[in-house]
Amino acid sequence: MDQPLGPRINAETIGPAPYIAIHWRLRISLFITCYNDTLFPKTGQAVVTVLERLGHTVEFRAAQTCCGQMHYNSGYQADAFPLMEKFLDDFQDAEVICIPSSSCVAMIREHYPVMAARSGRPELVHQVNTLLPRVFEFSELLVDKLGVEDTGAYFPHMVTLHPSCHSLRSLRVGDKPERLLRNVRGLTYAALGDSDQCCGFGGTFSVKNVDVSSAMVAEKARCILNSGAEVCAAIDNSCLMQIGGALSRMKTGVRTMHIAEILAATEGAPGAGANGIDGSVRA
Amino acid sequence: MSVRVGEAANAPTFAVAAKHLMGNEQLRRNVRNATEVIRNKRASVVGEMPDWQQLRDTAHAIKDHTLRHLGDYLIQFEENCTRAGGKVHWARDADEANAITIDIIRSHDAREVIKVKTMTTDEIGMNRALEGAGITPYETDLADLIVQLGHDKPSHIVVPALHRNKMEIRELFMRTMGLAELGMRPEDIAEAARVYLREKFLRVPVAISGANFAVAETGSVCVVESEGNGRMCVSLPRVLISLIGIEKLIPKFEDLEVFLQLLPRSATGERMNPYNSIWTGVTPGDGPQEFHVILLDNGRTKVLADSIARETLDCIRCGACLNACPVYRQTGGHAYGSIYAGPIGAILTPQLQSMEHSQTLPYASSLCGACYEVCPVKINIPEILIHLRNKIVDNGDAPVGEGIGMSLAAWAMSDAANLSTARAMGRIAQLPFKNNGAIHHLPGIMGGWTSTRDMPSIPAESFRQWWAKRKRERPA
Repeated sequence: MDQPLGPRINAETIGPAPYIAIHWRLRISLFITCYNDTLFPKTGQAVVTVLERLGHTVEFRAAQTCCGQMHYNSGYQADAFPLMEKFLDDFQDAEVICIPSSSCVAMIREHYPVMAARSGRPELVHQVNTLLPRVFEFSELLVDKLGVEDTGAYFPHMVTLHPSCHSLRSLRVGDKPERLLRNVRGLTYAALGDSDQCCGFGGTFSVKNVDVSSAMVAEKARCILNSGAEVCAAIDNSCLMQIGGALSRMKTGVRTMHIAEILAATEGAPGAGANGIDGSVRA
Repeated sequence: MSVRVGEAANAPTFAVAAKHLMGNEQLRRNVRNATEVIRNKRASVVGEMPDWQQLRDTAHAIKDHTLRHLGDYLIQFEENCTRAGGKVHWARDADEANAITIDIIRSHDAREVIKVKTMTTDEIGMNRALEGAGITPYETDLADLIVQLGHDKPSHIVVPALHRNKMEIRELFMRTMGLAELGMRPEDIAEAARVYLREKFLRVPVAISGANFAVAETGSVCVVESEGNGRMCVSLPRVLISLIGIEKLIPKFEDLEVFLQLLPRSATGERMNPYNSIWTGVTPGDGPQEFHVILLDNGRTKVLADSIARETLDCIRCGACLNACPVYRQTGGHAYGSIYAGPIGAILTPQLQSMEHSQTLPYASSLCGACYEVCPVKINIPEILIHLRNKIVDNGDAPVGEGIGMSLAAWAMSDAANLSTARAMGRIAQLPFKNNGAIHHLPGIMGGWTSTRDMPSIPAESFRQWWAKRKRERPA
């Protein structure tokens, strides 16, 4: 699978894409995140499909586990700290790190520098500083690093996008995910009302404050139903677990899909590496 | 010393209070409508400011500087206010501040006071203390009047009666003011309040205010408001008492230029407050002839000592974070059990009380960041919420089950092999609950999730298993 690294013209591998892209082949290290690894493996498979289709090499470092976000946000910073150290070790020499989760990227970008500074260890601060420019959320990687907005995908469905809080207010990805979706052939983009409102997930918040969390997702679900979309996409499966869980309980028939799974679908391989729309249950 | 924030020490947990309040559909509709109106107004007047972000940065820097030198600025304020004819008192806590206030009122043989809207007097429970001393306080802000007449509690720091709608207020005024008839238009209802209040403005000899800002350089006090009741209170009575939290200090008069742009746009969506009252000590023959300032600590110095959470004291009480908060939107302010509601209340109330009470408030947030984005003085509320959660955990006050769960998760994440083991155990544990790839009911704490939402079950193959298999099938 691995080919020599270097500039190349990439036409055939993209299939029906009506353009020829000239770019540098990258070795992209996938940080799958603990919950995608466990609950949403198809998202990771879709990321691999998309990146390889664009001509890049994907590596997966088997030692990786978790960025520490859950512990940090819940007040268990002492437990989050070794997970940061582990992440820094695991990805020390990675060229480019792709993370299909904006909340995990936000954890790394916003909180690793804080934790490193508080540790009083200059080498840790240095490690974090050299790590950050190599960390990309999936849609950032495509649009900013690889300069790709048309991934050659085909997905003939009506899709809306939930812009997750971390993607909006921490990563400030703006309309990058939307641009990626709008370039998918066959896809009809449905605008989402009150899109910047939180879905109510918030990690342990969804269990500790179950009534408020449920009321928040009920509003989100209503907006999604009003959009007329068959599928609600996002760049975070954590939000989609909350939204999808509610849509499924309400028996709406609307499905949730990580954006990578939509971008992975092509005319030749509809739903390859993707789930949700092909009929499999995705709560 | 006993620090008290209203009756927050006896409030139920946030989740319990929220569940109760969320059963009130009328209240939720009122809160949703009101916050949406203010949020949209704010967005439009903030959008027209090209230097909004620089203003926020400047305000944050001024506040940061002031808090680092607060002792010096407080003494400077005291000197300048005293020189201008004011009298400055220092109160360590609620009881001291109330006792000073009552002494001043009694020294004038007064039995009534008029009040300008002030959160700080609510914080120290001043009205109840005054009533206990045989003194009747009259709230003169329309919303505060509604709350007072209805024996209600404020639910928002800027618009305290936001949970009430027009018809509820009309009914309240007719009942409490003894009106046989009252029109249905907002103007009619406002007119009833005006008639009720004017007589008091002219008769009552002592007024009590808070302060939006206190200027160290000049000893001046600034109050901004929309209704003109504040202007009446700080100019008509013979005696004026201003209760000021020590964090309200700003160094220079010219600093007002920054804050008077940020505050009205953030608070009510106005470009400028209709009434900006700034006074310095006593002016012979004009306005109150006796002026007292009570500088209140009530837990603030403890917040000041925490270098991470210190910026909580930057707050200028604009309420923008409440209007932006999706949690507040669902529950309204009463769920927070404190006169300080919403995101700022969730970090301020527990800190003032030395983290001994209101411990569920730092968890009353999904950390969505909407509060931080609108905060005119750039208080990183999500980061402080996390910091306070950390304190709760470090103090051993977190639920035992949560601690065990987090320790197990920490073990699982410490090594990829552990994670695989934990996942395998999870696949077995989920068997009784799994139904066609989804989980509809779970026991214990996770039952909260499945009460309203389905959950995906753990698939047979993890990503890393898929990857390993693929590697075997397609070696590099």
